[in-house]
Amino acid sequence: MTRMTMIEAIRSAMDVAMERDDNVVVFGEDVGYFGGVFRCTAGLQQKFGRQRCFDAPISESGIIGAAVGMAAYGLRPCVEIQFADYIYPGYDQLVSEASRIRYRSAGDFTTPLTVRMPTGGGIFGGQTHSQSPETLFAHVAGLKTVIPSNPHDAKGLLIAAIEDDDPVIFLEPKRLYNGPFDGHHDRPVTPWKKHDLGEVPDGHYTVPLGKAAIMREGGDVTVLTYGTMVHVALAAAAETGVDAEIIDLRTLLPLDFEAIEASVRKTGRCVVVNEATKTCGFAAELMAVVMEGCFHHLEAPVIRVTGWDTPYPHAHEWDYFPGPKRVGAALKRVMEA
Amino acid sequence: MPPVDVEALHIHDLAYSVIRVLNDKGEAVGPWAGQLSDEALVEGLRHMMTVRAFDARMLMAQRQGKTSFYMQALGEEAVACAFRMALRPGDMNFSTYRQQGLLIAGGYPLVTMMNQIYSNAKDPMKGRQLPVMYSSKKDGYFTISGNLATQFIQAVGWAMASAIKGDDKVAAGWIGEGSTAENDFHSALVFASTYKPPVILNVVNNQWAISTFQGIARGNAATFASRGLGFGIPALRVDGNDYLAVYAVAKWAISRARMNLGPTLIEFITYRAGAHSTSDDPSGYRPKDESSGWPLGDPVERLKKHLTLRGAWSEERHAQAKGEIESLVVQAQKEAESHGTLHNGPHAPAGTMFEDVFSEPPIHLIRQRQEAGI
Repeated sequence: MTRMTMIEAIRSAMDVAMERDDNVVVFGEDVGYFGGVFRCTAGLQQKFGRQRCFDAPISESGIIGAAVGMAAYGLRPCVEIQFADYIYPGYDQLVSEASRIRYRSAGDFTTPLTVRMPTGGGIFGGQTHSQSPETLFAHVAGLKTVIPSNPHDAKGLLIAAIEDDDPVIFLEPKRLYNGPFDGHHDRPVTPWKKHDLGEVPDGHYTVPLGKAAIMREGGDVTVLTYGTMVHVALAAAAETGVDAEIIDLRTLLPLDFEAIEASVRKTGRCVVVNEATKTCGFAAELMAVVMEGCFHHLEAPVIRVTGWDTPYPHAHEWDYFPGPKRVGAALKRVMEA
Repeated sequence: MPPVDVEALHIHDLAYSVIRVLNDKGEAVGPWAGQLSDEALVEGLRHMMTVRAFDARMLMAQRQGKTSFYMQALGEEAVACAFRMALRPGDMNFSTYRQQGLLIAGGYPLVTMMNQIYSNAKDPMKGRQLPVMYSSKKDGYFTISGNLATQFIQAVGWAMASAIKGDDKVAAGWIGEGSTAENDFHSALVFASTYKPPVILNVVNNQWAISTFQGIARGNAATFASRGLGFGIPALRVDGNDYLAVYAVAKWAISRARMNLGPTLIEFITYRAGAHSTSDDPSGYRPKDESSGWPLGDPVERLKKHLTLRGAWSEERHAQAKGEIESLVVQAQKEAESHGTLHNGPHAPAGTMFEDVFSEPPIHLIRQRQEAGI
């Protein structure tokens, strides 16, 4: 066990995967020589050579398209999109191609590739470095969508994603790279080195895709969330005293229906929290899942807390970001109903 | 013929002229001539005649309501048929929907192609894909998308993987001149230029992108081949209705790739003599007599004339071959129809719709399949 930041854990995952399988290759913008703008691939080119870790031209459609061809050949590409906000030129290659190759060829060709990208806000990144586009991937048949909330899960999930035989979107909450963030932006930052979930095994292990984690057991209300908002929800529960059961979904697709349904049937109340915009966001899907699976167990209407339906603002970041105050208010409201 | 390790800048003229072997009299002339035996040329002629007969039958089957859609390669059969003969087993084509010649010249069963077109019980794609969107890994034929141009950069990625693994297999990307306007064409050229993988980038210029003439994608200033020059990629422009020229240029480009000398861009000049698909009528957008006025002629007629001139072919043999091929195609069609057609079935069981979305079905798909009751 070593204490790692999420950046180090992600780097360690790629290192382990590349050690174990020659078919794993890593590339993206600034990924090779420089080691990535967030340093996630630092040292990999020196260790594995320029054939297996290299720089790509600034062309997201080219990066994903080339990765599809490589995966069809038999490699396991793990590519980086510098920010999730930049994925859109590559979106066609994900939606029309990577996600459907197995289906349309009836298994003749497959595309085991992983697309890593930093997601979410909290770093004063403005509208082009703060978006949370997870719904755009979870909506697509044939893509798996993963989003860890801590270094331990990040490493295990990323190894599982690279070893998975389907295309996986791996969203990295960038505000969590260096430490957990509970939404109290005015308080000092806690580093992962001082947090239990910063304990990361050195070698190979996986966290299975499609399995949620209960981050806090509770009896009053179920909170369904993922990524940065896991830590915000934990803070909100502590500050309001509401005995919330906080579920970190970890994988949005395949979704852990059993964990969601078991918890909501137990508590009878549910708050759904995501950082992304509200309309048609993943929170809406989670509300529908709860309504379909647990309606007769519900004692109160399900509430969601999300980002506002505006582009992500720069100066007004903390008016936009759904912090512990808003989540806490939702917890109290759902308990009053 | 330039040496295979030539620099793009030394053969700029080949991106603006037209490489031909067959002259108007049907003689094989010039530096690219002399590569194919009588037997190989007769085989090539039979391949093109098979594509043409196959297309005619399937077009008719669509009109008879046996399937939803069809796309023929009428007038441009030489491009795919001749190119295929220069490839080796293990090489991979990332083709468009109009390179059925790659499969037919490669000996892929006509019945299996028809099963796919009919979406019947023996369709290898299990009824999931529109007609002609074939896939066969073992025959070097990547699954057809139907979204234009996406396959072009995938071919480059496949070739990069081949190079990374120290393999000598090559990839061939295929694109129509109209869809060179898509970003995937340009990203393919960037990546091919940067990494120099063993890929041949084929632009089939058949003059028409549904209803728009080639100038809409190209502008007035350049040829499609010349797009490669700015990337430092050797680029050649070829008479695509000349079987001998297509083969010679394909072989040159493929040997460059095989020796790890990098990518080549080829523009094949041809003419889409039929409609884009069964969903459009060319009389609405181009002169009715344009096809007959096309200066590069018909690829089947040109090869027939050349073989006859060589003393390896005759009207009599041609008529006999035509009869044999048509009866093979009819037999294949009967067999395919015994396995079903689109509207009358049988098809793959409906429950297979839920399979192959992922390697293992996740719980939401298991639940949805239960709900569908199939």
